[in-house]
Amino acid sequence: MEYRREEIMPGVFLSALYTDKFKSAAMCVTLLSQLDHEHAYLDALIPSVLRRGTVSHPDMSGIMTYLEELYGATAVPITLGVGEVKAMGFYSAFPEGRFLPGGRSELADVSKLLGELLLAPNTRGGLLLPDYVNSERSKLAERIRASKNDRITYAFQRLIELMCSYEDYSASILSDPDEAESIHYTRLTRRYRELLATSPVEVFYCGAEDFNTVREAVLPALSALPRGELDFDIGTDVRMNAIEDKPRRFFETMDVGQGKLVMGWRLGDCMEEPDFAAMRVFNAVYGGTASSKLFREMREARSLCYYASSGIDDVKGLLYVHSGIDKANYDVAVEGICAELDKIKRGEISDDELSAARRYCSQALRLVVDDPVELMMHYLKMNIIGAEISPEELAAACEGVTAGEIAEIAAGTDCDAIYFLSGEDEEASVE
Amino acid sequence: MTMHSREYPGVGDTLWSGKLDNGLSIYVVPRPGFQKKTAFAAVNYGGAMRNFTLDGRLVETPAGVAHFLEHKMFDLPEGNALNIFSERGAEANAYTGGDMTAYYFECDELFDENLELLLRLVTTPHFTEESVAKEQGIIGQEILMTEDDPSFVLYNATMGALFDHHPVRESVAGTVESIAGITPQTLYDCHKAFYVPANMALCVVGDVDPEHVAEMAERLTVREYVNPAVPDYGEREGLEPIEKKAVSYMDVSDPMFIAAAKLNTAMPDGDEALRLTTVGELAARCLLGQSSEFYTSLYAEGLLRGDFFRDVSRLAGTLLFECGGSSAQPEQVFERLCETLNAAAKKGVDPAAFERARRAEYGVSLRALNSPGSICASLASCRFGGYGFYEGFDLLPAVTIDEINAFIREYLAPERLTLSLIMPK
Repeated sequence: MEYRREEIMPGVFLSALYTDKFKSAAMCVTLLSQLDHEHAYLDALIPSVLRRGTVSHPDMSGIMTYLEELYGATAVPITLGVGEVKAMGFYSAFPEGRFLPGGRSELADVSKLLGELLLAPNTRGGLLLPDYVNSERSKLAERIRASKNDRITYAFQRLIELMCSYEDYSASILSDPDEAESIHYTRLTRRYRELLATSPVEVFYCGAEDFNTVREAVLPALSALPRGELDFDIGTDVRMNAIEDKPRRFFETMDVGQGKLVMGWRLGDCMEEPDFAAMRVFNAVYGGTASSKLFREMREARSLCYYASSGIDDVKGLLYVHSGIDKANYDVAVEGICAELDKIKRGEISDDELSAARRYCSQALRLVVDDPVELMMHYLKMNIIGAEISPEELAAACEGVTAGEIAEIAAGTDCDAIYFLSGEDEEASVE
Repeated sequence: MTMHSREYPGVGDTLWSGKLDNGLSIYVVPRPGFQKKTAFAAVNYGGAMRNFTLDGRLVETPAGVAHFLEHKMFDLPEGNALNIFSERGAEANAYTGGDMTAYYFECDELFDENLELLLRLVTTPHFTEESVAKEQGIIGQEILMTEDDPSFVLYNATMGALFDHHPVRESVAGTVESIAGITPQTLYDCHKAFYVPANMALCVVGDVDPEHVAEMAERLTVREYVNPAVPDYGEREGLEPIEKKAVSYMDVSDPMFIAAAKLNTAMPDGDEALRLTTVGELAARCLLGQSSEFYTSLYAEGLLRGDFFRDVSRLAGTLLFECGGSSAQPEQVFERLCETLNAAAKKGVDPAAFERARRAEYGVSLRALNSPGSICASLASCRFGGYGFYEGFDLLPAVTIDEINAFIREYLAPERLTLSLIMPK
């Protein structure tokens, strides 16, 4: 597997992984920008509107028909977040040519289509079509309203929204359907043009074509990309401490039988010089695996919940735990979740726990090279944060993480917010 | 036991397969140069197989036993298998469907040790009163979690509207009440009935030696051939839904719907099943796929959203069709669906749309070969259906438009459909 990255146009970076191990190739083209509340709804809407029609394929039926002709290739609108940097654009998976009749590669066709989706939408008088914008803004509003249908994700989103309410990070949670409904096509067009002119562009490819062939396919596809003054000043603001002395507690109710508990911490001191490997292993020890402290204690030993797992955002510096619990067990669960973290702070990490967590993390990273989507996510993240670490290097680093390093990360954590979504008979309140 | 290999040059894979004397089917797809090794032990037993004959006696079990058993199989005398996998850094899990229970792991090191553990866990029943009681608490929480999930509630309501007495009516996990009746003996009975090698498949994908996998399986499973129990789904059901419409109310933003039909309630085995399923999938793609007139026009009119899905699949002796999503006006969507089916029955599908559907189906199936987990699940499911997985790729070019049109006329009649709804409270 050969990885190469180059700036192929001003502010356009092509990262290509040559490999012939997969049945299909993967490509994504994304515009990078700063996540902020002012543009969050507009930016979320843009790729969906662009996918409604292009100059060559003026409506969705045309685009979908063409994709089916390309043997079920995809062109999926994506908006990804890496900390407070947003990557917005399109992702495509398409069959490798050697598995198609005639052995013909689809790389050029797919590159052209992604370029056209991004740069040549169906417009009138230079403006995005009001029909498409109005239709997609309604769908965005519907999606926002529908977020509560998935109770677990909803509870997590509410925690982020409430915990990080003063930070751009919370702009990734779209919660106001009216704001989506109010987007006007002229405003959306302005924002779209602004993004095209100012955004650095990340193109990622993984497949059986070499770097030069990919570049030759991508360059003409993006030749119409306007390049103004590029905004490279994008990044993530890391808050080191909790907002208040004691964790803020939020209670909300919904028609649910099982309470959804989500807790959030600032990772704190370890974000001064983030050690991605140590943070991963810390998370695995705490609640990231089936041999973690949370799983063993909260689920296996105490049967308090069906799930209790932790996750981290190692770019923004957040630790979170979610758990599905009986409402009556709220206090006991919160206490139990904190107690397991306290054990790590005190260095109570057995050799078995440490070696299992190291193994789990390093193995998971070594397996990234077998999955085109995981490869894309890994390199996109590394490129956005400016780190040049391959999955294999990160895997090797995980093997060397010590219990002391893990305890140090735990010691720096600061619980900032606790959110609980439970059944209707409890009054909603905010302490 | 000798493993036999067959190449599928069109998609670049080689499948090694064999069967032990005890009846265990083994499939290996070598992937040289890959780090990931995936092993998947599947049992031809799921939530719908509640009633069966064992040693000449009829056994009736409560809803949720197969899923409960899946949880408890991880308990070994030496500890919890999930923890042992996890300590070795392997990613392991299991799931239970209506007609299959599967246990799997992924790793890049200690493959032999992990495979041994996988085979040990599916062949070692170890249940106590205490551990069963404890699991009732954990699964009770899982059930509560699924009962909060509108998609899950909708699916179960749909099965309830389609079927009169077939056990697919019930949730695979059962209810808090039904699992309360499970005892260690229930679990031992079900294990004895279904977890026999002849009723199982071992599938492996990765950079492994097929012969070595077969040798290990032979060494680690019993020698004798034991016939599995025969599930009893009750009297064969008719093709009309029990209810034309089912409505539930939950705290959801907009209505959610599934339109579904029983296409067949006595599925044939073997190639006939493969052909029927493939033709059904292609027919559904032609009529309701992403480029179809139905989807693109309803999407543009605001009646459908990006979450619209369609599916034709085998389940516990039946073949089911379903499509659904969320919509502010699900009744109108249903009306248009019926119009689409009626029109297609009269005029047939557009030949160009058929060719595109065939191409897309091929590309999507090819892409799924990037996922070892998906390959393993398909190999096992096809084995239990009595046909070959990779043969599906050969079949696609052989399906004719006449078959598609005949399928639509015979199976996708609007009067066979039920409309199931979750409406906002």
